[in-house]
Amino acid sequence: MLTVKKTGLYTSVQDLGRFGYRKLGVPASGAMDSYAASVANSLLENEEEDAVLEITMTGPTLVFEKSTYIAVSGAELSMKCNGEAIEKNTVHKIEAGDEISFGQLEHGFRSYLAVKGGFLTKKILDSRSFYFPVTEMGKIREHMQLPYDETLEFEPKISSVTTKGFYKENILKVSPGPEYAMLNDRQLETIFTKDFTIAKENNRMAYQLEEAIEGHNKSMLTSATLPGTIQFTPAGKLIILMRDGQTTGGYPRVLQLSSTAVSLLAQKKYGDHIRLRMH
Amino acid sequence: MSKYPITIEPFGEYAMLIKWPEEVKEPILEDMLQFGNFLEQNCLKKGKWELVPAYHTMAVIRRIPIEDSANLKRELLQWYENATKAELPERYLWKLPVCYDEEFAPDLKEVSDKLGLSSEEVINMHTSSTYTVYGLGFLPGFMYLGGLPDSLQIPRREHPRMKVDAGSVGLAGQQTGIYPQESPGGWNIIGNCPIPSFDAKKEPPSFIKTGDKVRFYEITEGEYQLFKLESEVGIHQIEKIKLDADS
Repeated sequence: MLTVKKTGLYTSVQDLGRFGYRKLGVPASGAMDSYAASVANSLLENEEEDAVLEITMTGPTLVFEKSTYIAVSGAELSMKCNGEAIEKNTVHKIEAGDEISFGQLEHGFRSYLAVKGGFLTKKILDSRSFYFPVTEMGKIREHMQLPYDETLEFEPKISSVTTKGFYKENILKVSPGPEYAMLNDRQLETIFTKDFTIAKENNRMAYQLEEAIEGHNKSMLTSATLPGTIQFTPAGKLIILMRDGQTTGGYPRVLQLSSTAVSLLAQKKYGDHIRLRMH
Repeated sequence: MSKYPITIEPFGEYAMLIKWPEEVKEPILEDMLQFGNFLEQNCLKKGKWELVPAYHTMAVIRRIPIEDSANLKRELLQWYENATKAELPERYLWKLPVCYDEEFAPDLKEVSDKLGLSSEEVINMHTSSTYTVYGLGFLPGFMYLGGLPDSLQIPRREHPRMKVDAGSVGLAGQQTGIYPQESPGGWNIIGNCPIPSFDAKKEPPSFIKTGDKVRFYEITEGEYQLFKLESEVGIHQIEKIKLDADS
């Protein structure tokens, strides 16, 4: 077990998410930056579906009760083991009683802490991903315990990697969404030349972009949406649905982010800038 | 199956979207559900693919990226051609209890006044229609119901509520429905259904599927408390009638 001493801003257990329940309105969920989650898991030679902790902006303080190995990837967030700085993207041995804590966020927004063998919280609808009200809670709580298996010895094939280049990018690649054809030349011009700012309204469900473009009065019947779908409101706002986003929606879906772009966007926070570019 | 001029386009790396003519019509919904059933039974492996039908569109989603969307589009069109004898999935008409008492219906009086009806008339109309589930989405277990009588159509509340109770039955435009969980919302609340439409501990977690039908019936507050208790302990039997009985 691991005990949560402090929760951090918004920390949750995430894996690859749910599959097969979207027709009942259950979102996909899963790690927002699936790239970082997979880097952390692969350093530990875990399965790709093993559950990790998704840390948002400020990190938790965690006390490990059994020996294991951990790796953290994603945002540039300083990290300590028993008060001593340790590196991200590196495999670390953890002894029973070790305390992991986090410090200053320098760049990015979300970090992923993987443990050897993955977190073994209960699966609900075939996934360990937190999503309230499908799971009992949406984020971890103080004093709660998270189960994992003890690992005494592990020789990693690769003990550290670098992901710096990936996160420098602020261009998000998109493809046309189902209602792409409704966009006129002026709207297209704005969408692909404007510097957009991430609005305050950003979370695991959706990221809103601050700047509005020329609006519309197209109404449509509700239809499926996906993580990465860009919805276009009549007032001209662009809303990018993320991993916990609703499974259907009534706003035109003008563009669709690539899965790499969803991972990149998951590292952006309020006030950051992005650009959209067609594949 | 009837044949409609469907279109199929890629929707991101993982999905294709099949569109039927954009209309709220039962034959379109049924054609789509028949095709979905055919795909699940004959073409798409369970666990690797999932379908999200709603109104006149169906998303076909793969667990891993679709490598060749042009080829999948050809296959889907071919399967649609072949699916002449596809059957509808098993469908039910669900009878759901609603308590329209004042404490569960904060907007019933205002709605009645605006519609120029008495509360009894609103309740009578709401309980005498059969609604079709055109889709599930927005929140886990939320039903998009079609078939609201014109005389009950009323705009959303001007100021949405920060908190609408789970089970709340609302009216908004051409829609009526139940809030499966407590959430913010702008619908006019005229009652509450004590039977949860979504429970993650159950398999399947939602008893209602797209294509099913719903009828509401009025219950007293006493029955409401009883049904709520019964469903919490898992002994409440929801009344259902099988549709499309074998001919």
